[in-house]
Amino acid sequence: MSAIVGSRRRYRWWRDNLGVLYVLPWLVGFIVLQLFPFIASLAISFTKWDFGGAPVFIGFDNYRRMIADPLVLQSVVNTIYYTVLSVPSGLAVAFLLAVLLNQHVRGIAIYRTAFYLPSVTAGVATSIIWVWLLQPNGLANKGLSLFGIHGPPWLVSPTWALPALVIVSLWSVGGSMVLFLAGLQGIPQGLYDAVAIDGGGHFAKFFHVTIPMMTPYFFLTSVLGIIGSFQVFTSALVMTQGGPAGATTFIVLLMYWEGWQWWRMGYASAIAWALLVVILFFTAVQFRLARSWVYYEYGRPESGGS
Amino acid sequence: MMTKTLAQPAVMAQVWMLRIARRNAHRFLTYLLLIGGSIVFVIPLLWMVRTSLLPSDLIFADPPVWLPTAPAWTNYVQMWTAGPFLDWIRNSTVVTAIGVVALTLSSTLAAYGFARTRFTGRDKLFLLVLATLMIPFQVRLVPEYMLFNWFGWVNTLYPLIVPSLFGSAFYIFILRQFFLTLPIELDEAAAIDGASSWAILWKIMLPLARPAIATVAAFAFIDQWNDFLRPTIYLYTPENLTLAVGIRWFAGNNSTQFQLMMAASTVTLLPMIIVFFIAQKYFIQGIALTGIKG
Repeated sequence: MSAIVGSRRRYRWWRDNLGVLYVLPWLVGFIVLQLFPFIASLAISFTKWDFGGAPVFIGFDNYRRMIADPLVLQSVVNTIYYTVLSVPSGLAVAFLLAVLLNQHVRGIAIYRTAFYLPSVTAGVATSIIWVWLLQPNGLANKGLSLFGIHGPPWLVSPTWALPALVIVSLWSVGGSMVLFLAGLQGIPQGLYDAVAIDGGGHFAKFFHVTIPMMTPYFFLTSVLGIIGSFQVFTSALVMTQGGPAGATTFIVLLMYWEGWQWWRMGYASAIAWALLVVILFFTAVQFRLARSWVYYEYGRPESGGS
Repeated sequence: MMTKTLAQPAVMAQVWMLRIARRNAHRFLTYLLLIGGSIVFVIPLLWMVRTSLLPSDLIFADPPVWLPTAPAWTNYVQMWTAGPFLDWIRNSTVVTAIGVVALTLSSTLAAYGFARTRFTGRDKLFLLVLATLMIPFQVRLVPEYMLFNWFGWVNTLYPLIVPSLFGSAFYIFILRQFFLTLPIELDEAAAIDGASSWAILWKIMLPLARPAIATVAAFAFIDQWNDFLRPTIYLYTPENLTLAVGIRWFAGNNSTQFQLMMAASTVTLLPMIIVFFIAQKYFIQGIALTGIKG
């Protein structure tokens, strides 16, 4: 009897919870490849572990050492500098391009392709192309000289190497541009018509409809943009190897060196955790600030809702 | 006011012309920025193709040779013998082909589960999906390396392929948002007709979700093909590299051979161009439909 009740209860549980099977692959991956490494890396960050030997527990020594490490300080300063330069300019360029692409003009597919293609070019290919363009007498400086500007030696100059990497990141801004474009195309025409009835022109439409309606997209792209720019790696490794004079040594690049060049896994994990804390801090600040400037048409969305 | 303006046809004409001028100025500025911007964005790629066809002795010529009079197609031949180029293409193809299919399928299943089925703790689990989006994957890199090293997978393609079997948080998010936009009445009607949730997924959801799935597949293709950090860490012998890291090989190898690197970059970019042209119809439409802003 109890066996029947038990099997019926089990049947009922499976009938009501069958959906869990769909997310099972993700769940397994989450536990094995996300949760376990996440916790393990925190544990490893409290050890001294030269790959090959056994890990030795050293408490907070890695973190203490990190605070005093000039290379870490330099990489953090560089990364923040890179973020400050690349995220706002990236948003501005992406938004401008999206607004342009949203106009009713002929041959729009051609322009869209031109703006988007660089962002799907492999990071290494992008880097190599720009190393070539930014040679002291390369095409970029030839172009500048047309306007009477004597271009800097870009990648070999400690002052100009980091801005050069920012320029490369602007070239690859197509991903955010597509997001903005999708947002612009989702703005109801009725809102523009309403402004027109009230006698508003292009400027009124732009500032009273487009900008407020696009604030959720500005928010999304700036959150993703900051997370991404804190992880800048490929261009620095390929184009400048962190130089010259450490001018483009970023946090992830330093972590890569510590872990996979110098095989200091404990210290590399500690750097990764510092990166996580910094990113979460900036993300939290943005969510906090968002309340005052992001406009939601249907009120604030519930967390995790649609 | 009105009658006054009407009474002065000259003023009227002036206002009218001004308006046309303004509209034309607007159009002119739009085209100027579109065309100028496109040129700036495309020049680096054109310069890449041009350099890939330059004979090696003209690479550093000053003033530069704008267009090679006799394109050095031999660069594209040399590229195959200068490094294990065929191996790289094969590795990239394997990683990308399996990755795209696995990522799209597993992400679709999970997204459907989160959007359209009920089970205990579903919404809490979905919060975890979102949380993993915020966490930089570098945090997991050291233990992941240890784990795959323990499996004996270092310097093989497994570390690039196996994670894709379990879906990706971003794709799950995009697809779930899309599934939520489809009317629930579809499911209910099918369920009344006796369709299982599995049948609803394959017969009803997937045909409707084609733009979103195409978008995700295109994203997955781009990500897998261009992946850099993982191959850099896991692969080290030349014949085991993927194309995206292999190109660098021409840089380290004796002197930097820009013409070969540009030829290799051009070949690396080709699949992206093809995918873009196939998927572009879906791309923006797909992103717009998924209501990504949350």
